[in-house]
Amino acid sequence: MRRLLGKANVLDRPEDLILYEYDGSVEKGRPDLVVFPHTTPEVSQIVKIANGYQIPIVGRGAGTGLSGGALARSGGLMIVFARMNKILEIDIPNRRAVVQPGVVNLDITRAVEHAGLYFAPDPSSQKSCTIGGNVAENSGGPHTLAYGVTANHIATLELVLPDGEVARVGTLHGDPAGYDLCGLFVGSEGTLVLVTEITVKLSRTAEAVKTLLGVFESIDDACEAVVEITARGITPAACEMVDGWTLQVIEDYIHAGFPRDSGAVLLLEVEGLREAVEHQAAAIDDVCRKCHAREVRIARDSQERDLLWKGRKNAFGAMGRLAPSNYVLDGVIPRSKLPLALSRIRETGKKHGFQIGNIFHAGDGNLHPLVLYDPRDQQQFERAVAAAEEIIRMCLELGGALTGEHGVGMEKNELMPLLFSDADFALMRRVHDAYNPDSSLNPGKVFPLSKGCGEIRIKKANGSAVPV
Amino acid sequence: MTLTANLGSRLADIIGAHNVICAAEELAAHSVDGSLPQVLAGPTSAQQVAEIVRFALSEKLAIQAFGSRSKCDMGMPPLRCDISIDMTHLREVAHYDAGDLTLSVDAGLPLRELADLLERHGQFLPLAVPCFESTTAGGAVVSGIDSALRQQYGPVRDFLIGAEFVDGTGQLCRSGGRVVKNVTGYDLHKMLIGSLGTLGIVTRVNFRTFPLPTASGACLAVFADLQRAIAFRAAIGLKGFPLTDLEVLSPGTVEILRAILQRTDADVSSLLTSGAWCVYCSFDGNDSVVARVGQELALGAESTNAKGCASLPKSTDEPIGGMLREAYEWLRWAAPATVLHRIALPQFEPGILAELERFATARGLRSCLLIRAAGILYFAVFAETDDENAWTALASVALNVSKLARANRGYSVMLHAPVAVKTHVASARAPLTDEALQQRLKKAFDPANIFAPGRIVGGI
Repeated sequence: MRRLLGKANVLDRPEDLILYEYDGSVEKGRPDLVVFPHTTPEVSQIVKIANGYQIPIVGRGAGTGLSGGALARSGGLMIVFARMNKILEIDIPNRRAVVQPGVVNLDITRAVEHAGLYFAPDPSSQKSCTIGGNVAENSGGPHTLAYGVTANHIATLELVLPDGEVARVGTLHGDPAGYDLCGLFVGSEGTLVLVTEITVKLSRTAEAVKTLLGVFESIDDACEAVVEITARGITPAACEMVDGWTLQVIEDYIHAGFPRDSGAVLLLEVEGLREAVEHQAAAIDDVCRKCHAREVRIARDSQERDLLWKGRKNAFGAMGRLAPSNYVLDGVIPRSKLPLALSRIRETGKKHGFQIGNIFHAGDGNLHPLVLYDPRDQQQFERAVAAAEEIIRMCLELGGALTGEHGVGMEKNELMPLLFSDADFALMRRVHDAYNPDSSLNPGKVFPLSKGCGEIRIKKANGSAVPV
Repeated sequence: MTLTANLGSRLADIIGAHNVICAAEELAAHSVDGSLPQVLAGPTSAQQVAEIVRFALSEKLAIQAFGSRSKCDMGMPPLRCDISIDMTHLREVAHYDAGDLTLSVDAGLPLRELADLLERHGQFLPLAVPCFESTTAGGAVVSGIDSALRQQYGPVRDFLIGAEFVDGTGQLCRSGGRVVKNVTGYDLHKMLIGSLGTLGIVTRVNFRTFPLPTASGACLAVFADLQRAIAFRAAIGLKGFPLTDLEVLSPGTVEILRAILQRTDADVSSLLTSGAWCVYCSFDGNDSVVARVGQELALGAESTNAKGCASLPKSTDEPIGGMLREAYEWLRWAAPATVLHRIALPQFEPGILAELERFATARGLRSCLLIRAAGILYFAVFAETDDENAWTALASVALNVSKLARANRGYSVMLHAPVAVKTHVASARAPLTDEALQQRLKKAFDPANIFAPGRIVGGI
């Protein structure tokens, strides 16, 4: 590898490798070797060399993922794409950009905003997460409510297959020719191919935008407002909920201007033509007030808007101040069931003795209950596990899904049988084997390893993540 | 291939005799590009579909499933078709959560019934596909045919949130779910879009629905030449207007549409000027949005030297916009032999469009162009006879179209063509760059190659 990439692009000392054994999740897995390619031919060569040793190959961007997708669960070789970070081409008239996988999400927008364009998927980690990671996880974000997840914004991919072959899928137009392989590989969590170049679709900045903050005395009222907004057919660009307890934590840390004494707030954004924005903002104001909002505040300028969003997007960082560890869930429920789901989460918290925070994408029913715990306290740890599991099962009971945007990875793979049958797995496995027949790419992810179901993995006292 | 002599009675054992048809005269209506099935099966449940597939698997028989059969001339002629499955008996609404704007319906449910149901709740599904009155939900997905509303609402993959289907091992599988945001497992349901029945038999589809807009509008601008029409289209594309449909009609397309409209009760053909290029736009939103967009489109047309720009009231928009949604249907039958090309290009240069028309003229063939919503180009080439000479000329044009599309970083497919043209073009064309990867997907879904073999170019 050193001969191929140069000394500076290969890490193998334990003190270096330890930096790559974590991502944003509670999981851990140390690679045996970390390499930093700069080009597609290098990636292809790396894979061919690794094949001679029959070791696992794991792709990684910035390591901000929340489900252990970019961890070397079984050791082996980690290919870090962070140095493949060039924007190769920007095509303003056709609203396309060709980028390497290590380009940071927000940097795409920064490179094209002068032309009134931006890259729509906006995960909270967009200042640091890479587009390659977004493609692997099919990342979402607050504005995916109106504009869709990463898959909706990808036109073509260049890939390296597990045998080192380089291939291309998708079309510049964005319409698939034949089967939608782009749609398959986006969100496949690094288990099918390695992505080495991406053509993204760029969106046009809206003519007008309004950011509203609905302040409610209770979380139930805020939930009712979301249900009513959805049912009335109002489609905000974003609709985020933060409960009162979480608001206090955020305010202590970020001073975003959230009220400290409310039960919950809704952070809503409407975008489009001026006339549409005015109309939608008025309709949202009406719904919020009918649902007993004590105040509906409209951000006066972009500074206030940015501050509100800063509070939202950095919320999980703020939580780090309260407990040694936290577990962010990512279940999805039908939006009509939002009040019921939140009340069940509250009951679960009470039952297991936790204050469970809620800061989530209410508009598309994507919950992020946050369980704070101390992994050194065995009893507390066990209660955290039980609470998390109860909430996940509740989401599925209500007709929902295991993960809305964080991915399955090695965090929820053992829960997959709660949602999928043996036949579903058999087909998914055949699709997996069609592209990654030896499981050399990202083994131990997405598919359950054990036969039982209902196991979640969470960080234990000794720091290791174990199935429970 | 083992062809079972008593196929009909063995299938009758599985799904009941009244659901099986073997009579030659009835089967004739179920031929695809001249290929006749031996038997027609009409299962009434997903379980029955799975049983039929397992039976076909054990007997090494080929299966093709259909809804209303309105688009079964899409794709290549099947290499084999032993059992034709009529999916129209599966037509239940399995789940509709109007408050969540999500829906799960059987594949055989007609879009019209679905639209009526949704309308009662002030919602709709933006699947404005041709042959709308008969098309089934499953057929709209599996054909992958363009929806006229995709300019604003995107293609079906943007709102298909899950599906159930029988795979090539005879198992009932599901992918996705009933929630609007979901990254649990591989997105296998998206693979079924445009698969023409080659990956599995879709039994149920889950969609995200949308609120009906409170107001809508439409306009028709008329231009002397292609350059101005394209300039207008490009200019309005920059405005961020909520355009639901945007179509540019060449004079040839205008003539055909005029002739059709003249035959209808509401003759609005006079709005379409002979010999001109026309741009049709529809848009929706609230009243003030619709009023503003209408005004700005008129101003935009004026500044690009339009010969005229008419705002279309509902009574006029319905026949014109409605007929444009059905363009696939009337273009393919506009001459004794037609090839309807669908071309996806990253951008439209007037030079490329002129080149396409030259291909047809050079072979003495008529042609017309329709630039559709989301920048998909329909190029129809007409022959006045349906014979070998015509097929040779049409095939020659088709190969040129394919080469031109590729040279401009796009691609083309034939939505409709005489069988001889399909076969000739398939044998002469260059393979897709990812054809080998597509083959792998097919093999994973359908290891024994029993689903509609050969229907996708490349022998898939």
